[in-house]
Amino acid sequence: MGTQTASARSRNGHKADGGPFADAADLGEEPPPEPEPDGAHNPLDRFVHAVAAAFSSRVPVADLDERDPDYIRESLPAQWLLASLWFRGEVRGLGNIPEEGAVLLVGNHSGGNMTPDTLVFTLAFSTYFGVERRFYQLAHNLVLSMPGLGFLRRYGTVAASPENAERALDSGAAVLVYPGGDHEVHRPSWEANTVNFAGRQGFVRLALEHDVPIVPVVAIGGQETALFLSRGEGLAKALKLDRLLRLKVLPISLAAPWGLNVGDMFGHIPLPAKITVEVLPAIDVREQFGPRPDVGEVYDHVTETMQETLDALAAERRLPIIG
Amino acid sequence: MRIQAVIDVAAPPELVWDFVTDPTRYLHFMSGITRWEIASEQVRGVGARYRTLMRVGSAEVGGLVEIVEHEQPRDLAWTSVTGIDQRGRWRLRELTSGPTRPARTQVELRLQYGVAGAGLIGWIAEQVAAPAVRENLRRSLRELKRQAEHEQARAAVAARRAAAATR
Repeated sequence: MGTQTASARSRNGHKADGGPFADAADLGEEPPPEPEPDGAHNPLDRFVHAVAAAFSSRVPVADLDERDPDYIRESLPAQWLLASLWFRGEVRGLGNIPEEGAVLLVGNHSGGNMTPDTLVFTLAFSTYFGVERRFYQLAHNLVLSMPGLGFLRRYGTVAASPENAERALDSGAAVLVYPGGDHEVHRPSWEANTVNFAGRQGFVRLALEHDVPIVPVVAIGGQETALFLSRGEGLAKALKLDRLLRLKVLPISLAAPWGLNVGDMFGHIPLPAKITVEVLPAIDVREQFGPRPDVGEVYDHVTETMQETLDALAAERRLPIIG
Repeated sequence: MRIQAVIDVAAPPELVWDFVTDPTRYLHFMSGITRWEIASEQVRGVGARYRTLMRVGSAEVGGLVEIVEHEQPRDLAWTSVTGIDQRGRWRLRELTSGPTRPARTQVELRLQYGVAGAGLIGWIAEQVAAPAVRENLRRSLRELKRQAEHEQARAAVAARRAAAATR
């Protein structure tokens, strides 16, 4: 894994946007935890390292064959009930996704650790194209490591890393990535209608390396499923979660049934906010930006286009949660 | 889950048959249908395949269907190949007509759907979806009746004009 990481970094080059791992970070690739300093022998440090090691050992290696179309098909009714009755989901523009072949779906992400936009979109994708079409979603390693969430692998969820994204695209699949990741999904509620990828441009390089179109997927409503107060980045740093668990945030929110919810590790009951998703026309990067596109320019174009759509979707909403 | 809707159309079965066997017309009269594309070289008849989708709740559901019965102008049935399990049937029956009474057709549309293996949750989802699906079928039949009767009226006027011209 370390070799893969190194090769991915070297291929993606140095970063102009903030550190040697910026483009890898948005696809889940992170530097290995730093060795424990000689002086770090206090019980708290040892406990935190033990937890980190336990979770790290549970990080699954992506096996694309774990996706199970029959399982997905049989669970469509449950997804449909939840998406239709609780979230009143509405997905527009699925016809903008190329009918076949590999495609990189790039979405904005909302809703804390319970992300209703993913549920609504994956259901719509599966029913529109059929469960036979290969479709993978990249998620934080920790999500797939959590006890009880192993079933996500059967839906095609794989641990986010450049290597896994490449494997999925090479298989001709549609791949859904959320470049904003934990940074975006835990943004405060008053930033709900902002696309925030934190400058992570890895998805553009991924699309260029595999010559696949980028299809932006814009969702609204997810950040109304709880009152998100803070990402808690300072808290995460103080607890060394960024180095140990690749967690740069320790979000703080008011959410059912906990009330004050710190970390959102056990999820929460999302409020029944209406989720609307709009799929935008596919972007053929080289056709639109020339044979040697500037990654930053493409990134700006994608995020600006998504922000315009999010603004339009926000203008349509009359009331929070109600939609 | 089986849902059906029936309507009487003031047109002969042959005319209604032309509507229900023409895949290019489905988007024009079927309510809730967002896709009805020809997916085989064969356009009509047993073996013809169509890619179909109907919006129900938060998703467009359907899949690839294949015509399995084509008895002109009485029965047209299809079954799913991929997607949710479904069987559909158009059943056209000529109502009593006479020299002084125009031809009428009883048009029945049946749809059975579900997801095998989905268990109790699947059954609940079928029940929850039923009112929307039923309403789509009813609206579809009303629109089919409107279009078919309009077509019948045009044909009758054209026939009368042709007869008058030959006198």
